Amino acid sequence: MMEFLAERGSLFALTGAALIALGFYGFIMRRALIRRLIAFNVIGSGIFLLFGGTGYFGGGVDPVPQALIITGIVVALALTAFAAALAVRLARSGDDDDENPEAGR
Amino acid sequence: MSLAFDLALCALILGTAGLAVAGGNLFGSVVFYIVYGVLIALAWVSLGAADVALAEAAIGAGVTGVLLIGAWQGMKDAGGLEAEITKSLPVRVLAGLGAAALGALVGFAILSLPGHDGLTGPVAENQPALDLGNPVTAVLLSFRAYDTLLETLVLTAALAAVWSLTPARFWGGIPGPKHITRPDGVMASFGRLLPPLGLLVAIYLVWAGADQPGGAFQAGTVLAAVWILIVLAGLRDEPRLSSLVLRLIVIAGPLVFLGAGLAGALAGLALGYPEGHARTLILIIEYALTLSIAATLALLIAGPARRAP
Amino acid sequence: MSAMECFIAGLLALGVFFYVAGTVGLLRFPDTHSRLHALTKADNLGLGFIVIAAGLYWGDGWIAGKLALVWLLTLFAAGMAAQLVARAALKAEGGE
Repeated sequence: MMEFLAERGSLFALTGAALIALGFYGFIMRRALIRRLIAFNVIGSGIFLLFGGTGYFGGGVDPVPQALIITGIVVALALTAFAAALAVRLARSGDDDDENPEAGR
Repeated sequence: MSLAFDLALCALILGTAGLAVAGGNLFGSVVFYIVYGVLIALAWVSLGAADVALAEAAIGAGVTGVLLIGAWQGMKDAGGLEAEITKSLPVRVLAGLGAAALGALVGFAILSLPGHDGLTGPVAENQPALDLGNPVTAVLLSFRAYDTLLETLVLTAALAAVWSLTPARFWGGIPGPKHITRPDGVMASFGRLLPPLGLLVAIYLVWAGADQPGGAFQAGTVLAAVWILIVLAGLRDEPRLSSLVLRLIVIAGPLVFLGAGLAGALAGLALGYPEGHARTLILIIEYALTLSIAATLALLIAGPARRAP
Repeated sequence: MSAMECFIAGLLALGVFFYVAGTVGLLRFPDTHSRLHALTKADNLGLGFIVIAAGLYWGDGWIAGKLALVWLLTLFAAGMAAQLVARAALKAEGGE
C-alpha cells in the first residue's frame, strides 16, 4: 500500500477521488447556483486528475489521456459558460419579462 | 519532485477545494476556486503533463474564474443572489456519508486497477509518420482528431446557446456594457502595453505546439484574454453579434478542420490526412482553430447581447 | 550541500519570509489600502528573491532571462491591479 501511494500517479488519482467526493457534497448541500457551478467544476477537475493519475506511466502521463483531458477541460468550460449566462438571465428575468413574476426564482 | 512536495500540494488542493465549495462568502468561494485551478495546474506540472497544465491554468482557472466572477456580478446587479438555507443536521450527515461513500468507491476502484503497459509506446511508433515532435498534439489532431473536431463544434454550440438567451429586442446587438476609462489612466495604458506581448505569447504557443508543449487551445485562450483586456480598457467596443465577419471567424476553425478531412476523402481516405501532407494540414488546422477558439471564448465571456444593434 | 546550494536555499527562505510577511499584513491591517500596500510590495519582493534563486539553480542564461521577464510582468500586473482596487475602494468609501 505504501509503495503504491509513493507512486506519484496514484497519489494524485486518490486526490482526484477525494475531490469528486468534495464536489458532490457541495453540489447537494448548497443552493446558490454559483456554488453549484463551482462544485461541478471541482468534480470535473477531480475526474481529470483521476484520469491523469492512473495514466501516469514512467515519468509522464500517456499522451492519449492528456489529449482527452484537454478536450474535457474545454467542454466543461463550454458548459460553465452556458450555465453562467443562464443563471444571469434567470436572475434578470424578473424585471423585463413580466408575464410570469415567479419565473425569476 | 519529491513525495513531500506532492503531499503538501495535494493537501493544499483539497483545502482550497473545500473552501471553494463550502466556504461562507460567495465571492470568496469564487476566488478560492481560481486559486484551486492554479494549484491543479501545478499538480499537472508535477505529473509531467505540461500541455494539460497550460490548458488548466488558462481555461480551467482563468476563463472559468472570469465567467464565475461575471455571473456573480450579473446576479448581484439583478438581485438574484439568494441567501443560503442551512440544511438540518441529519441531511448534512447523510449527504456527507453519501459523498464519502462515492469517494471511497472511486478510490477502491483506483487501487484495484490492474497494471498496464501504457499507450506511450503505440503513440511513439505511429508519430514519425506525422513529423510532429509533441505526442499530445499528434493525438489531438491526428489519432483522435474526430474528438477535437467535435469539441470545437461543442464550443460553437455553447456560443449559440448563450446567444439564444438574448432578449428579443437586443438580438444581434452588442454584448457587455460600454467601458469608459480615463484616457491616460492605468487601465488604458496597460490596454496598450500588454496586447502586443500577449499576441507574441499566443503565436509562440501555437507555433511551438507542434513540437513542444503548447497548442491551439492554450494559444486561443491567451488571444481571447488579450481581446478582453482591450475591451476592458475601453480602447475598443465589442463588435455587433450580427456581424457576418465575426460569425465567419467563429466558424472558420471547425470549417477548416472539416475541409481537411474532406480533402483526405478526395485523396481516398475519408476523414484522414493524405500521405505526406499531414504536418502541413495539421499546422493549418491549428492556426485556424486558434483564431476561432479565441473569438468563441471572448464571446462566451462577453455573454448575450445587452445593447441594441 | 555545496555553498551555492546553501545560498540558493537562503534566497528561497528569504522569499518565503517576504510572502509570509505580506500575508500577515493582509490579515492584520485594518483597511483595504494598507492591506494592498503590504501585499503588493512584500509579495513582489519575495517573488524577486525566488526568481533569482531559480535562475541560479538552473544556471542557464535563457531560463534566467525568461524568469526575469515573468517577474517583470507580475510586477506590472500586481501594480495595475493594486491601483484599480485602491481606486475602487476609495470610491466605495465615498472619497474623491
